Amino acid sequence: MMPTRRKTLQHGAIVAGLLASTGLFPQFAHAFNAKAFEAKNVADALKALGAGAPTESKDVVITGPDIAENGAVVPLGASTALPGVKQLLVLVEKNPSALIAVFNITDSIDSNILTRAKMGQSSDVYAVAVMNDGKVLFAKKEVKVTLGGCGG
Amino acid sequence: MADPMRIRAQAAGGNATVRVLMAHEMETGQRKDAAGKVIPAWHISDVTATHNGKTVLTAEWGPAVAKNPFLQFTVKGAKAGDKIVVSWKDNKGDSRTDEATVS
Repeated sequence: MMPTRRKTLQHGAIVAGLLASTGLFPQFAHAFNAKAFEAKNVADALKALGAGAPTESKDVVITGPDIAENGAVVPLGASTALPGVKQLLVLVEKNPSALIAVFNITDSIDSNILTRAKMGQSSDVYAVAVMNDGKVLFAKKEVKVTLGGCGG
Repeated sequence: MADPMRIRAQAAGGNATVRVLMAHEMETGQRKDAAGKVIPAWHISDVTATHNGKTVLTAEWGPAVAKNPFLQFTVKGAKAGDKIVVSWKDNKGDSRTDEATVS
């Protein structure tokens, strides 16, 4: 089963890529960065967004549970006290696509966002702050996902 | 038209905490149906929030945001009576806009 499934997925991705490049998906014509959301790992996602190399920083905070009993709903938050934040990103390293969400921050709100994500398996989760001066800071945390809901 | 969002905006200490609960399937594009065909991704891709008509937050979401997405953010300087409008658009072109008053 596995090779077939993998092949199907690959073909699907190729077809989707072709369609996207021919402009048959008009809904991707706006700001939505499909390429970044298809990236398989954290580094590729950041590259697709045009962000530079990330540095770990204590000023960025990722909030999430140590153990998530239900991988379908994992509360994840990203925040930083630093001024001049352009974007906050939430990423899950081992998801099929690493990038979960991009938040474009303005001066009118606190750099503190909370949302809920899906996680396929236990993984490191990242909060990334892209600053106005081009710096990319991140924080990471491991979230264990309990399968079967036994609460392990 | 999709179901309405639930928006709650509460003023505290000069800021307002806005909590939004959207009703959306958020299909990942990874799952398969009973016949083994991949269910195509269907997710909210763009979110915009405004405070008294001024855009304060925009977001791009992938399919990995949980079903019936929750979003919380804090608007600086918002007081009771201010209007918060949140709208989203999904990758099938559907959209929804709802508003709430800060209390």
